[in-house]
Amino acid sequence: MGVKQELSNALWITWKDLMELRRSKLRMAMMILMPVIMMAMISFIFPSSSNVLNSIPVATVNNDIGLQGSYLLGTLTSISALNNTLAFKNAASFEEAKDKIIQGEASGAIIIPENFSETLKNQNYTANIIVLIDDSNPQISQMLSQILIQAINGMSQAQAVMNVSGYAQQRQVNPVSIIVPYSAKYQGVSGSGGSYIEFMIPGLLMMTMITSVMTGLPRAIAYERDVGTLSGFLVAPIHRISIIAGKVLGHVIQGLIQGVSSLILAILLFGITIHGNILWVLLTLFLGVFSFVGLGIVLTSVAEDEQTASMIMMTLTMPMLFLSGIFFPIQMMPSFMQTIAYCLPFTYAIDAIRRIMIFGVALTSVGVDLLVMISFGVVMLLIAIPTFNRAMTR
Amino acid sequence: MTSIIETENLTKVFRGKVRAVDGVTFDVKKGEIFGLLGPNGAGKSTLIRLLCTLTRPTSGTAKVVGFDVVKEANDVRKHIGLVAEKMIMYNHLTAYENLLLFGKLHNVPKETLTKRIDDLLELVQMSKWRNTRVGDFSTGMRQKINVIRGLIHMPELLFLDEPSLGLDPQSSVDIRELTQKLNDEHGVTIILTTHYMDEADMLSDRIALVDHGKIAALGTPAELKKQVSGSDTVILDVNICNLAPEIVAGIKSLECVDKVLAEKPNELKIFARGQGSVDNIIDVVRSNGGKIDMIKNVEPSLEDVFLKITGRKAEEKTIRGNNEGRRRPWSGGFH
Repeated sequence: MGVKQELSNALWITWKDLMELRRSKLRMAMMILMPVIMMAMISFIFPSSSNVLNSIPVATVNNDIGLQGSYLLGTLTSISALNNTLAFKNAASFEEAKDKIIQGEASGAIIIPENFSETLKNQNYTANIIVLIDDSNPQISQMLSQILIQAINGMSQAQAVMNVSGYAQQRQVNPVSIIVPYSAKYQGVSGSGGSYIEFMIPGLLMMTMITSVMTGLPRAIAYERDVGTLSGFLVAPIHRISIIAGKVLGHVIQGLIQGVSSLILAILLFGITIHGNILWVLLTLFLGVFSFVGLGIVLTSVAEDEQTASMIMMTLTMPMLFLSGIFFPIQMMPSFMQTIAYCLPFTYAIDAIRRIMIFGVALTSVGVDLLVMISFGVVMLLIAIPTFNRAMTR
Repeated sequence: MTSIIETENLTKVFRGKVRAVDGVTFDVKKGEIFGLLGPNGAGKSTLIRLLCTLTRPTSGTAKVVGFDVVKEANDVRKHIGLVAEKMIMYNHLTAYENLLLFGKLHNVPKETLTKRIDDLLELVQMSKWRNTRVGDFSTGMRQKINVIRGLIHMPELLFLDEPSLGLDPQSSVDIRELTQKLNDEHGVTIILTTHYMDEADMLSDRIALVDHGKIAALGTPAELKKQVSGSDTVILDVNICNLAPEIVAGIKSLECVDKVLAEKPNELKIFARGQGSVDNIIDVVRSNGGKIDMIKNVEPSLEDVFLKITGRKAEEKTIRGNNEGRRRPWSGGFH
């Protein structure tokens, strides 16, 4: 008896689970494929800065009587032809442009007013260009308006440089410094482009591991209880904790296999770099799983059968996933949702793994996160073990 | 002989109202095959689960192999083997691996374990299937592995819960022979639950009839049968080719007749007592125009004992009417 024997018991139970997994080729294939497919999907459907916008149709309406209007449109066309972001098509009037947007033939329109050249020549007013946007699609409209406004402002600046060039020559200064005395240049602290996939990968890793344990563990125990094989463990002279530990370890290893295989894929396909120490990454992943093991066991004990167990798990994990900041930054949520998010241990696990993987910080700087994870895990385990014991001898 | 199981007022109440095991007191002697007989839902499985430490008694006590099932559960577990109705084995593992796993969990020393696995496989003539996955076996083969899995740590006491349920006749015979052999040659005490009356009759040294969570009768098969075929009771199988309801009603109205059962078409089983009862029955049948094809005096079976004691048949699936007749959550084994 003693700790060594109990440890050996737990390991044998783990061995059994892993053998079953190894023998079932399809299950193993799916286990590895699932996170890989998920990651590939997420990284391909979510926008990244470079390759997303391609040939967005934009209608142009030139009402200008003078020449400046067509000059501006010509320049815009040749610029966008370089990177192929926008595809311009002519429209006769404001109404026609609007119609094209409603029909879905264009995502936006640029309308140059009648007196455009006149106003420019006058130099008493700023000439206005109307940018019409399909605001039924928020993502596209936001991006397109940014691009168009940026382009138009750029043109306007170029015009301004020309306008003030005489004056600048007189004072022997660079005309740009007159027009734009200062500007902002932004830079990420991670040192890597700060793409969406970079933001996602750590969270996805943590999610894969935790859901693997959270849904896998109760399902596996409930299943063994349903088919009766759990009685074999319960009637053996082994400590109940060994049964739990063995089962948990089996699922942690499965989660690790899933996590590591998706990490390797992320590195190969998306050129992700891990900035933090790989050991800290693994430790944080492990702690993330640990914090949820107790909850998983409590739910196993509560659920009467496998189906109930899965349903409880789904109901619990889905909102946790969305609130944890894996997909959307928590800062972008409404404040009451943020409050809820900060009550969930998942959030801290995601925060820790992200900061370690992206910024390469030391464990001490995610101390609060780790502390929350550990305390939640310990408290849940303290509740879980007696609950499990009682449930098993119901 | 010393007792290996002693229970006193052992009771298990589910959800505060369903008394699955209701104040049961009995002893099992070391070295015997003890049969627990009763219909589904009678409380046999719950009783076994209580004795195996798989569920806690609501009240009362049980000592198994000298240890209390609640306070010394782990000591009990070291000395008992369980062959549950739901087979305890993993289909993706081979016969050897299944036995290895449970041998390890029962702390069987490494040196003895491999040899013991081979011996046990030999015992059930399954040596050549040692490295085949259990999932590829027939039900009969699986049950053999399931039984020897319960023996891997050489328990003094083995619980066999419905060992031949769902098996083909040959496999049932094999399992029965194995049970007998374990008891005779290896001295294993066996608690056997079954609702096959002939199986219990054949194997058991003593039998407890369980009904409504209580032990309705307890004794050797011979003793139990004597309760039915006591001094003057006779059991008749009567075959009447033109059996009609009036005939049955006529027989039932006789004072010497205890019970009439129609088991097959045109055949009646009649429990009667007293001198001249056979004569009276024949008279009634004839006076109602019945033609007797055959009449024979039958030896009472355990089935008859059960019938006499509980007034119901043991092999019927749903015994209880009204709300108690629902399939109870624990009747399927584990819950």
